[in-house]
Amino acid sequence: MSTARRLQRGGLIDRSRRIRFSFNGKDYFGHPGDTLASALLAQGVRIFGRSFKYHRPRGIVGAGAEEPNALVQVGEGGFSTPNLKATQVELYEGLTARTVNGWPNLAFDIGAINNRLSRLLPAGFYYKTFMWPRSAWMRYERHIRRAAGLGHAPSLPDPDHYDKRHAHFDVFIAGGGPTGLTAALGAARAGARVLLVDEQTQLGGSLLFSPVLIGGRTGIEWIAELEAELRSFPEVTILSRSTVTGYYDHNFLVVNQRRTDHVGPGQAEPRLTRERLWRVRAKQVVIATGAIERPLVFDANDTPGVMLGSAVSTYIRRYAVSPGRSGAVFTNNDSGYQSALDMASAGMEVRAIVDVRKRPGADVLAAVSTYDIPIYQGYAVPSVQSGLQGLKRIEIAKLSPCGEDIVSHKGLVDCQVLAISGGWSPAVHLHSQSGGRPRYDALKACFVPGRPVQAERSAGACAGSFTLTACLREGADAGISAAAQSGWPGGYVDIPAVEESVQAPLQPFWEVPAGALSGNGVKKFLDFQNDTTASDIRLAAREGYRSIEHVKRYTALGFGTDQGKLGNINGLAILAKTLGKSPGEVGTTTFRPNYTPVTFGTVAGRTLGEQLFDPVRKTAIHAWHVRRGASFENVGQWKRPWFYPRDGEDMHAAVNRECLATRNGVGVLDASTLGKIDIRGPDAARFLNLLYTNNWDNLQPGRCRYGFMLGEDGMVMDDGVTTCLAPGHFLMTTTTGGAAAVLTWMERWLQTEWPDLKVYLTSVTDQWSVMSVAGPCARTVLQRVGCDLDLGGDAFPFMSMQVGQVAGIPARISRISFSGELAFEISVEANQGLALWETIMVAGRDYDITPYGTESMHVLRAEKGYVIVGQDTDGSVTPMDLGMDWIVSKKKDFIGKRSLSRSDTERPNRKQLVGLKTQDPSRVLPEGAQLVNSRQEAQPVPMIGHVSSSYFSANLGRSIALALVKGGLSRMGGTIYAHLMDGSVVPATICEPVFFDPENQRGKS
Amino acid sequence: MLKIECPWCGERDQEEFQYGGEAHIVRPERPDTLTDEQWADYLFNRANTKGVHAEQWCHGAGCRRWFNVLRDTVSYVIVAVYRPGENPPGGGE
Amino acid sequence: MKKNRYSIFSLARNAVSYHQDWSEAWRSPDPALSYDVIVVGGGGHGLATAYYLAAEHDVGRIAVLEKGWIGGGNTGRNTTIVRSNYLWDEAAHLYEKSLQLWEGLSQELNFNVMFSQRGVMNLGHTLQDMRDIYRRSNANRLNGIDSEILTPAEIKAKVPAINVSSEARYPVLGASFQPRGGVARHDAVAWGFARAADARGVDIIQNCEVTGIRRENGAVCGVETTRGFIGAGKVAVVVAGHASVLADMAELRFPVESHPLQALVSEPLKPVLDTVIMSNAVHGYVSQSDKGELVIGAGIDAYTGYGQRGSFSIIEGNVAAIVELFPIFSRVRVLRQWGGIVDVCPDACPIISKTPVQGLYFNCGWGTGGFKATPGSGWVFAHTVARDAAHPLNAAFDLGRFSTGALIDEHGAAGVAH
Repeated sequence: MSTARRLQRGGLIDRSRRIRFSFNGKDYFGHPGDTLASALLAQGVRIFGRSFKYHRPRGIVGAGAEEPNALVQVGEGGFSTPNLKATQVELYEGLTARTVNGWPNLAFDIGAINNRLSRLLPAGFYYKTFMWPRSAWMRYERHIRRAAGLGHAPSLPDPDHYDKRHAHFDVFIAGGGPTGLTAALGAARAGARVLLVDEQTQLGGSLLFSPVLIGGRTGIEWIAELEAELRSFPEVTILSRSTVTGYYDHNFLVVNQRRTDHVGPGQAEPRLTRERLWRVRAKQVVIATGAIERPLVFDANDTPGVMLGSAVSTYIRRYAVSPGRSGAVFTNNDSGYQSALDMASAGMEVRAIVDVRKRPGADVLAAVSTYDIPIYQGYAVPSVQSGLQGLKRIEIAKLSPCGEDIVSHKGLVDCQVLAISGGWSPAVHLHSQSGGRPRYDALKACFVPGRPVQAERSAGACAGSFTLTACLREGADAGISAAAQSGWPGGYVDIPAVEESVQAPLQPFWEVPAGALSGNGVKKFLDFQNDTTASDIRLAAREGYRSIEHVKRYTALGFGTDQGKLGNINGLAILAKTLGKSPGEVGTTTFRPNYTPVTFGTVAGRTLGEQLFDPVRKTAIHAWHVRRGASFENVGQWKRPWFYPRDGEDMHAAVNRECLATRNGVGVLDASTLGKIDIRGPDAARFLNLLYTNNWDNLQPGRCRYGFMLGEDGMVMDDGVTTCLAPGHFLMTTTTGGAAAVLTWMERWLQTEWPDLKVYLTSVTDQWSVMSVAGPCARTVLQRVGCDLDLGGDAFPFMSMQVGQVAGIPARISRISFSGELAFEISVEANQGLALWETIMVAGRDYDITPYGTESMHVLRAEKGYVIVGQDTDGSVTPMDLGMDWIVSKKKDFIGKRSLSRSDTERPNRKQLVGLKTQDPSRVLPEGAQLVNSRQEAQPVPMIGHVSSSYFSANLGRSIALALVKGGLSRMGGTIYAHLMDGSVVPATICEPVFFDPENQRGKS
Repeated sequence: MLKIECPWCGERDQEEFQYGGEAHIVRPERPDTLTDEQWADYLFNRANTKGVHAEQWCHGAGCRRWFNVLRDTVSYVIVAVYRPGENPPGGGE
Repeated sequence: MKKNRYSIFSLARNAVSYHQDWSEAWRSPDPALSYDVIVVGGGGHGLATAYYLAAEHDVGRIAVLEKGWIGGGNTGRNTTIVRSNYLWDEAAHLYEKSLQLWEGLSQELNFNVMFSQRGVMNLGHTLQDMRDIYRRSNANRLNGIDSEILTPAEIKAKVPAINVSSEARYPVLGASFQPRGGVARHDAVAWGFARAADARGVDIIQNCEVTGIRRENGAVCGVETTRGFIGAGKVAVVVAGHASVLADMAELRFPVESHPLQALVSEPLKPVLDTVIMSNAVHGYVSQSDKGELVIGAGIDAYTGYGQRGSFSIIEGNVAAIVELFPIFSRVRVLRQWGGIVDVCPDACPIISKTPVQGLYFNCGWGTGGFKATPGSGWVFAHTVARDAAHPLNAAFDLGRFSTGALIDEHGAAGVAH
């Protein structure tokens, strides 16, 4: 490939090394220091994509985050990354990139037909059509969706990793240009802990493409000196390739650090994360984010070859690339002249400087006078002409004295590059995100930061100060004062002398009238990516969309991936003019995070996957369950054994076996996950009285009681058994999923409502391993294991607890049962849990002791009619609805009591818990099946309840179900119909919810 | 992202805390004497202040203590932090 | 005033004149001294209320007062999901009425609201999720609302980008699917209702903030505004996050709390997701806009907030959930994030109700799910205001339910953990 556009010398690239890469399938090369954009420009590539709506060919406009056109898909397979800006992609060996829009290829784009039809496609056209026939939108939409969108999501998972870092700094500095550098120096010398964040590969900002001498040194030399001093401070951190993407409340800032993209996939040091998200709290913030140059708005200003003046300078000075053989400048301020000088010094033929002002700055005029460049003062470029490779010539026309109209056509000038400068827009994004309101400065024709709301200050170009001297001074002042306000006074910076030209004021100039080359379809682009034009803004205003937010939404102005960095200010100025207001009255749209886009993976960080998305909690016996081949169920964060299939067993076979073994022999359940709260203090029983619906005054040490906890709304919130360990000392158990919420709930009442109660709470869930040995042989097995207690029914009655030793391990043993069987629940210190479990399994071998999981636990308790809170209740169920009036004290107050006597909660026809037996005993109803009164009804079918639990009971040899049914308690023996998703209807008989051993003789035995 | 000063532990990140809603809602001494409407007012109605709002927070990932915060619900600026049982600084309720 | 009717023909006709002749979509009149009905709040719900009042009821002169620009609150800030797959009868019937109105809305308003019935999937990640899904889907069917239950394999077939591996922390066990659900163009809904209401004589008055509600003898008689007093026979308040602020003006206390609700979009991508995916358990929902952006929503921020912004940690959790479900989105980039103010009721259901003040009506408490209800909410509220009595569809959503205890607990179906 030709390197025709690469300059022989200069630039911050390393010509000694060549980097090969491909773009749209063709091979190219560049040098270290290049971006994808600069390397392609160096090899004569001018067209980088097609626009979104009209599919017009587009070239490079900018040199950084503001670039709207040159969007590329970089990398392959899992590393493929969409929508990167070629101006920000650093080259690495083997990089592959494709343009994201343009099908089938860039040169011949079928969508370009939209350009021909563009008169039918003004802003918001889609709101006015595609409505007929009524069903057709989905068809239209398919085509629209296919045409829209930019790059492709990768088709494979991301092989890279991302991480986060939390940090605290005294002074946070956003931007490493001249302002940020002096700010950092001022703060660092004061001794403050400083974070300096810069978006680019190297510090320096605008100095990287500026010829200005600082204290007699080049900008690059000065940067190097400052950077060296900054790096000598141990409390200074400098982040390059990092963007401050969001400024949130209480001086919380988010920085996106890009760590490996510049070396390419798989090339980075192993284990280095691709990106890091810094979550920073700063005492003081200095915003030094510079300014973004504005384009000028004229017909076909999107032609490839029309570039920001600062971008032209950047490509020449920083990347040693001349963007064309010949160029011209169109400007309304002095900075365009620097582009002319840079083009001339790069050997380009500069054929015109077109300045809308009658009086450019004397200094810049003098500077360009050494070159023989025609200067048109009081002129504009109203239109341009293009060929296949972009810009061919520009039209120059004389402006009227007021600058509003064109009075005469001056002529055409051939050129390949037009450097445009419509002035500078301070990057007030972070100030605005922090809560500040930018205000319009009419003199400078830009929005500048308003009053700070948080501990921040803007300095330099982002505060509207566009001279280097002012930037250095303001930066130093900001850094010194930020340090002082964070407790580090005494910073100092000697501002070096700078030789820069005296600037003449710019002349606000928002739109050039159409010119001689303009056809009928004049298109003056504001938002290049969304093809939003000046006439779209006027159309919106004409149609009544007059708030800037309406205009933005109606025309898509600023919705591109550059987030309006280029076009928004021009757009709002044109709107202001249309409405006869000032830009300040129209105001900006809200600047929202992110300043530049942030990778999803970076925002997610490490919290992904089976291990880290959410912490996994495992019991002390977990490894045994795994070895035994258990299937696990997620319950809250816990992994609980669901069932333990033996060879060839499906879940039903396993559950039937586990249930039968427990009812007929002995089963064992790992119950460690239930929440356990240790409650102590002289007022503990009083507190329990307030929490639970039943009475706790008379519970003696060593006795256990079941309780319901209600919300203050009277609805069942949690349940469990609480044991009195000693006077004023209780151990409460909660549901597995509800443990954390219940503890918080109790603490809150104690601390905020009843602080006079002397009660102390401790979560002891993880301290204990709990296993429930259940079944007729439970006592025998436990005796075999070895227990120093009399386990007989008289010595150790149902609902009591004793402390003793099991297999020599200190244990609390409770006779409580959720299965309805004779059961001993043994709690030991967690680190003894696995040992005891294994001992029990060995001791029980002769009785075919069978571990059972949550599914069997559910079946066994359903046979007994025991509810599971959260399954048989749904936040709309009272204890009375569950037929458990007996558990609700009439005498005392408790949380939720008053709600039980409201008219709706006292209503007789509420949904009540009943049992269901399908008339075909083998038919198991699906949980969640809706219940209705008759076999066939017209929609909407009145539903009178639903199935909350449903199983095949191997013990009973039939299906059983629990259901909530309107007025169910008075409908015993009645028939009800379950409607299933497959359309079938299953009749069932309403019965008591206790299917097995209603007298509970087994549990008490 | 709020930064909240726990009265016992000092300044910590919002992520260590749980929000508890409006502060100073006193549970009625005798709920059984209230009408359904009065009970509903205690149970559900909230000031939902736009402006300085007295609210409860819990330092759940720290000392686990509840406390009160005066916070502006528009600017999110925290005006004051005080312990349960104390009156909001500056008179207040 | 005759408006241009929108069609491909009017578009072609106007193209000839370079679109110089389009008339205003709505006028910008000065407020009259008084109206028969004033709707406070120019969001989708308020504009829909005004439209249906004008189109279906004979109530005289109507104005909509908006403190900022119409559609600038939650209407322009939501993730545009439309569905009616609610659990309880009362909610299901209300949202289904709304969905039916959506199905003809573009034609009714002569404004393309781009209602795209691409289907909505609610994922289940635990056994209890699946019980709830079966219960809700089954209830939907019996209520005449389309609903299917999908296996992980069926989900994968419809959404190739999703991870249904059993190795995930919370594997996808299944989903409910409502084919008639989908998304719509949110701004267009506000603009379409505004244009159609304006065409029927409704005055839409922007930049007019209500600062007081004037009452005489227990009845409303007008509102104080930043543009002076405006008399009114009836005042209908539909201001979402600011419901409590307006209620306070009439010395009413409401069971709502205003919270930040955040959302975000990615950079535009080529089509990769053809349906709407919601997951309660991992806290995220996502669809792809016609422009190609992934539109993603999270759960609410826990604290009360009127700031239209929330905490970054919510965004982090939300994005992690999306990457967990869609590992191929890891390298896609977040373009923009924002927040709205949602007014949340204790039962995750709205209040559409008369108040103790005669002639004062409130429509609020939609929480995170108001957008889908826009036409239905306006339709029943218009009825309630015009007749001074609830329509059967919103009778259950009155203020009285908080005293009787007859709440309609839709936390499960509301889609977002409150």
